[in-house]
Amino acid sequence: MAAAFFFYLFSGIAIASAVMVIAARNPVHSVLFLILAFFNGAGLFLLLGAEFLAMILVIVYVGAVAVLFLFVVMMLDVDFVELRQGMLNYLPVGATIGLILLGELGLVVGTWTLSPELLKAVTAPLGTVSNTEAIGLLLYTRYLFYFQSAGFILLIAMVGAIVLTLRHKAGVKRQSIPSQVARDPASAIEIRHVTPGQGI
Amino acid sequence: MTIALGHYLTVAAILFTIGIFGIFLNRKNVIVILMSVELMLLAVNINLVAFSAFLGDLVGQLFALLVLTVAAAEAAIGLAILVTYHRNRGTIAVEDINLMKG
Repeated sequence: MAAAFFFYLFSGIAIASAVMVIAARNPVHSVLFLILAFFNGAGLFLLLGAEFLAMILVIVYVGAVAVLFLFVVMMLDVDFVELRQGMLNYLPVGATIGLILLGELGLVVGTWTLSPELLKAVTAPLGTVSNTEAIGLLLYTRYLFYFQSAGFILLIAMVGAIVLTLRHKAGVKRQSIPSQVARDPASAIEIRHVTPGQGI
Repeated sequence: MTIALGHYLTVAAILFTIGIFGIFLNRKNVIVILMSVELMLLAVNINLVAFSAFLGDLVGQLFALLVLTVAAAEAAIGLAILVTYHRNRGTIAVEDINLMKG
């Protein structure tokens, strides 16, 4: 009973805040509602017994991605009112496609059945160890390649983001270590003969 | 009143549809489009985790983890492109991004 109550609570708030993400006038409010939607998604994950993914969702999305969105929204000087003009022109086609898609998904959800062989294909010791430990047992053994690929994707994304946004300003004094190291006494020191009573 | 797999799938379907609808509704604003894509990926993750929990197969949660990784990478790259574009052109309206049309 409590699980049902929390399911309806989390899913209701998640759907409502998802609607507010796309309908809010202020993009900062959109980002904040996105954070709320992700928190409630994490709550749904907790109800499903996926504690590790719930925590990862909170850490990765709320801690990193949503804050990144917030930074970009606040730092870019964009006239968001102008961007919203003509929004209602797209409402009919968007609503049509959305309703068609929702109908199709409803048909799929309403009529699918599980293959009877599928239930035998259990891969991990669920129930005997905690969720995090079970994920680790799978991730670091049979799915190590996927784990490494995920790390590689993150590395490429990091390099790409740095390369895209790095900017060298002209006229900034920078330290050039190679030219400093390449100096030798012959080029660094100059001996001037100063005659007494006169300047250089 | 037990919560079955169909309940979670329904929630995920509604979230996914809201994401699609958001892309159409905010055709000009790239930031909201990126946020809609994140919503759709959240819906996909809910589907994967729900199947994983109800079938007793942990691989679904592993793939949800990979989807999370790719979503984070996509958000970082997308926002970096957005910042660069705004720096060069002074606008982020989608309609103006047609330089490569030929």
